[in-house]
Amino acid sequence: MLATLGKRLATAIPTLIGVVIVTFLLTRVLPGDPAVYFAGPAATPQSIAEVRKSLGLDRPLPEQFLRYVGDLAHGDLGNSLSTGQPVVKELRSRLPASAELTLSGLLLSLVIAVPLGVLAAVRQGSWIDHICRIVATAGVSLPVFFTGLLLVYIFYFVLGWAPSPVGRLDAFATAPPSITGFYLFDSLLARDFESFRAALSQLILPAVTLAVFSLAPIARMTRASMLAVLSSDFVRTARASGLATRTVIVTYAFRNAMLPVITTLGMVFSFLLGANVLVEKVFAWPGIGSYAVEALIASDFAPVQGFVLAMAILYVALNLAIDVLYGVIDPRVRVDG
Amino acid sequence: MASRRIPRREFLKSVSAVAAGAAIGTPAVWSAQAQSRRETLLLITENGPNNLDIHGVGTNRPGYEASWNCYDRLIRNAKKTLPDGSTSYDRDKYEMELAEDMNIGDMSATFKLKKNAKFQDGTPVTANDVKWSFERAISVGGFPTVQMKAGTLIKKEQFVAVDDSTFRVDFIKKDRLTIPDLAVIVPGIYNAALLKKHATEKDPWALDYTKSNTAGSGAYRVTSWKPGVETVYERNDAWAGGKLPALKKIIWRTIPSSGNRRALMERGDADISFDLPAKDFSEMKKEGKLKLVSNPIGNGMYSLELNVAKPPFNNEKVRQAVAYAIPYQKIVAAAMFGIARPLFGGPSNDVTTADWPQPSGYSTDIAKAKALMKQSGAGPIDTTISFDLGDAVNSEPIAILIQESLAQIGIKTTINKVPGSNWRSEMTKKMMPMMINFFSGWLDYPEYFFFWCYSGQNAIFNTPSYVNKDMDAFIDGARAAAAAGDKAKYAKDVEGFISKAWHEVPRVPLFQPYLNVAMQKNISGYSYWFHRQVDYRSIVKG
Repeated sequence: MLATLGKRLATAIPTLIGVVIVTFLLTRVLPGDPAVYFAGPAATPQSIAEVRKSLGLDRPLPEQFLRYVGDLAHGDLGNSLSTGQPVVKELRSRLPASAELTLSGLLLSLVIAVPLGVLAAVRQGSWIDHICRIVATAGVSLPVFFTGLLLVYIFYFVLGWAPSPVGRLDAFATAPPSITGFYLFDSLLARDFESFRAALSQLILPAVTLAVFSLAPIARMTRASMLAVLSSDFVRTARASGLATRTVIVTYAFRNAMLPVITTLGMVFSFLLGANVLVEKVFAWPGIGSYAVEALIASDFAPVQGFVLAMAILYVALNLAIDVLYGVIDPRVRVDG
Repeated sequence: MASRRIPRREFLKSVSAVAAGAAIGTPAVWSAQAQSRRETLLLITENGPNNLDIHGVGTNRPGYEASWNCYDRLIRNAKKTLPDGSTSYDRDKYEMELAEDMNIGDMSATFKLKKNAKFQDGTPVTANDVKWSFERAISVGGFPTVQMKAGTLIKKEQFVAVDDSTFRVDFIKKDRLTIPDLAVIVPGIYNAALLKKHATEKDPWALDYTKSNTAGSGAYRVTSWKPGVETVYERNDAWAGGKLPALKKIIWRTIPSSGNRRALMERGDADISFDLPAKDFSEMKKEGKLKLVSNPIGNGMYSLELNVAKPPFNNEKVRQAVAYAIPYQKIVAAAMFGIARPLFGGPSNDVTTADWPQPSGYSTDIAKAKALMKQSGAGPIDTTISFDLGDAVNSEPIAILIQESLAQIGIKTTINKVPGSNWRSEMTKKMMPMMINFFSGWLDYPEYFFFWCYSGQNAIFNTPSYVNKDMDAFIDGARAAAAAGDKAKYAKDVEGFISKAWHEVPRVPLFQPYLNVAMQKNISGYSYWFHRQVDYRSIVKG
């Protein structure tokens, strides 16, 4: 198992090298001149040149690249100009915020979509099937920023049930001591139930926004996959053997229907990381997506490179985890390099 | 909040204290929290600082606000009440901040420092700190150095520490802008001894340290800064620069979505929302739930700028035709929701006052524009009209209205939206034939505006690339007259350069925009400042 894992990891290395080269080049061909941008108002050609020199942008490209790779080897992703902080530090503090949000959204979506999909498949054509179709269509056709703003308008502005959309915590609350970076876990570990409640109440609306967006693919995939499995030979055999419907559906059909759902889940997770950017903007969530977008707007190279690199590593890890999960769910699938 | 929570945790641990603690502890805790909210300001804006020090590389506008409130200057502008009842800085009057006395001589100005002035680490502020700070401002390059230069503060030898509490600025030449330039954000006083400790060979001015730490004697210091999320300030109770501010704590949150900023204000969850879009401002004003203040941005002008270095706008008649074809009223009404001061429809292009900004003689007159196009001899024109996407809220509707109107006089335009990060580099190239742009100068003097936007030095802000000897003579004349105190000559030169600019119209003046602020009704003491950021020191809640 370990050997296959190692082999699988080794294949990821060329991908990462490629990502490093491509992001470096991409950020350099982007329109916009960071030196001009950061020279600020009242810039003169001379002051722009001074800024360019202090950013090291006056050196030839290969030299800039070598320096970038060298820093990377030391775990240094450079400094962000727009926030003024080391990129590594920023990513470390912002990644948990995004991960907490994305995972909550995904979990919420799973809890709703999988049972919905299974029921829709078992009672094909019934009212629950129609509900599944309507929910899925509505969820996928509403843009996330719209859902987010609508939820804020209804639950915060009109009804006043949700807390103000000001990020992970209310302005007057203090963050729990950072252990995992996930406020929900950290506040529980610190037995600070008030912070837990505060963090949870801030998390609900953005997580629901993401969940609404991701319901559709999961529910539809669960339904389709369940339908295929339910009409297969071994389910017919199980039914013919007089097994209880519950046993047939849960033990035999569901487990076999899960493989494509897991694959979809991996894809949905990556969509969600993308959709996150907008949700983070709407809810002032201090996540990695809004960070990268702001950096891109300011032609701030270092955070964009850091972001892409972090995402690439995340995807490689995610794919690996899904491959391993295949083996757990269905022992016939082998993880090969 | 922390102080409230820790006792509660400890008290949960000690079971025996539960009954007594619950009965006595809770009400005290709640009133303490209410007290702290009364002394805490929650400020929300679209963007937060990227650097707490204005001397840093690429510090953004919100960063100026941190510098303004955490560092002191020798002097600051006094305040005055405007006719509409709002408060503004007074361009012509100064009060003392770190200096207790200012003595302006013929070729120098001498400042006595306040004896009780201390940095926030407790060390006294000395003339050497002032000297070091000014040397820092003229040495770090980029924006701070340019700003110092605007007041002819260029050489280290100009700054003299006479003794521990006496500091002198020597003038290289007489310049009316030297003293005003000492009251802007850039010449703040930094704790030299502390910063020298943090300096390195690569970073001799300790810019890395001041990026995320405040090292001044100002009324506030930053106690927590999460870039892009939140900046928290606490009051410096030993502040010597003025009356102790009322607010103990400022929490400044970044809320990117303008709809959410508005919702937070209308639900009463935030105290001040700064720099509102005109649309939100006019709608909130109608609703009447909040206190809304709006001030014209001093020395600021939105204009349509025409590149005079290239055809078709090298033809003066074409430029005048454009100026007559602009739907001015519609722009102010539809794009700015009426929240703008018109800079058109004046009596004549030959101006008779030195007021600035003042309206041009142009107003919408399509027939006249068509006649001018005919006289110009220019054929049908096909060109582009560019604007900064970062300012799309204002610029996009303006661009569409102008496009529509210019089509009537045979000028076909395509709209070119330039991403915010690109705008400055596009401006430096000076290739855009026609663009919508905004410029405002900190120092509120017409010759300062013209020096940047119309003079032959062809600075980045002279986007039309307008170079004209007579114009330069007027600008230089006005600067010299101002330095010499020759009021008549000054007025004549200012009227001269404004009239010339209106006649030859390399930039078509549109309007002077407003800076809009919304606050809860219990907030008072807000003042408009030339730097267009919030000064927390005068704000009162309650």
